[in-house]
Amino acid sequence: MIAVIVRVLGVVAAFLTLPLIVGQTEHKVMAHMQARLGPMYAGAFHGWAQLIADGVKFVQKEDVTPRAADRPVFRVAPLVALLPYLVALLFIPLGPRDTLVGQPLDVGLFVVLAVVGVGVVAVLMAAWSSANKYSLLGGLRAAAQLLGYELPFVLAAASVAMAAGTLSLSGIVNAWRPWWLLWQLPALVVFFVAGLAEIRRPPFDMPVADSELVFGYLTEYTGLRFAFFLLAEYVGIVVIAALTTVLFLGGWKGPFDAQLGWLWTLLKVFAVSFVIIWLRVAYPRLREDQLQRLCWLVLVPVALAQLVLTAAVRVA
Amino acid sequence: MTSADILLLALGAVAIGAAFRVVRTSHLVRAGLWLVVTLGAVAGVYLVLAAELVAWVQVLLYVGAVVVLLLFAVMLTRAPIGASADLDRPGWAGALVGGGAALGLGALFVDGYRWQKVGLPAPGTAEALGAQLFQHWVLPFEVLSVLLLAALVGAIVVSRPET
Repeated sequence: MIAVIVRVLGVVAAFLTLPLIVGQTEHKVMAHMQARLGPMYAGAFHGWAQLIADGVKFVQKEDVTPRAADRPVFRVAPLVALLPYLVALLFIPLGPRDTLVGQPLDVGLFVVLAVVGVGVVAVLMAAWSSANKYSLLGGLRAAAQLLGYELPFVLAAASVAMAAGTLSLSGIVNAWRPWWLLWQLPALVVFFVAGLAEIRRPPFDMPVADSELVFGYLTEYTGLRFAFFLLAEYVGIVVIAALTTVLFLGGWKGPFDAQLGWLWTLLKVFAVSFVIIWLRVAYPRLREDQLQRLCWLVLVPVALAQLVLTAAVRVA
Repeated sequence: MTSADILLLALGAVAIGAAFRVVRTSHLVRAGLWLVVTLGAVAGVYLVLAAELVAWVQVLLYVGAVVVLLLFAVMLTRAPIGASADLDRPGWAGALVGGGAALGLGALFVDGYRWQKVGLPAPGTAEALGAQLFQHWVLPFEVLSVLLLAALVGAIVVSRPET
């Protein structure tokens, strides 16, 4: 019982710190890529406390609910957006020993995919209950995007599960071999791109395109509730990076992984998060039709071909 | 009464309460959101009964896809905020059918098992379920997949613009 509580506390601590670190990295990395300095003053040393200051600022702001909005739905939506990622973090293995998994589970992969999929409901709730046309349009775009990209996302994950012969996340890491990097490369690319679209990060941020929709389904949100949505986005980055690490990059595998496994996992997660941030700076936003075209005409066929290849190699 | 029993009862109560809200509320979109609660509680019931895979399939497909599609369709067509007055149909017919079916099924179950105790079957892990599905039940499984494929092709044909 105590072990379970300690694990949950550990996951909560990770949940509170990792997104902040990723967020701060995003500030600084984006700034340097654009020949700026980014935050420099908060906390005195290279603006390390900027996000904490932002958090304090969000708490102080007025919590506005529009008069025409559907009050209860509007107020619950940010929590519904945040919760799935917290649950997903519970199941991601950090190191080779079971004590380092939030909760080891036989069907871990399935649980994580199912739970991440629930996030769409929050977007639709926020979009509709805001009673704002921009919000609704953003929500509909998001729903179309998430429903579409869910398919290559799950198919690519299924390919690894087939290769490893298990749905358990630790089992997949145990079965992983370095040459899988080559063999599962198409699935890796599909999974990563679809994952980016799942968390609506640029270049897949059509649902919140500020030049067209103000801020999509987030338009009416202020203060702490808006901060929750932002936090959900950064936890989403951590979850997608962690899933990519565990499924395709060998999780804790590395030199001295019996002792340093958790370090390898964290390093890989941060490396993938860095790529996610990099893509935001490097690529312009995809138009809505390009976005759907990429999903249905490129990612889904590639994922299906990868499934055939995986099955062929497994049977042979 | 074990803690699993209590959990089962609580989840059942949540499922039934939310289902009641689904049919009773006059807020169109809220009905869909209550449906999410119902299906989630049913998934919880599966979990308590050790049918892990089925529970998570329920979350992935019904909460993550079917209800979202439903909400999506409602929002595309007509999704007023607040109560829709024109939804007030007489509920007695539905109540009669729903209550009758529930009572009948309940009576059937109580009559079937009386007070005999039924132990939980082996946990419905992915491995056990896969072995059953692809060894014992492979023919119905394949027939179902052909049916789904036919429905899919049919949907594409129907939705194609005539050229």
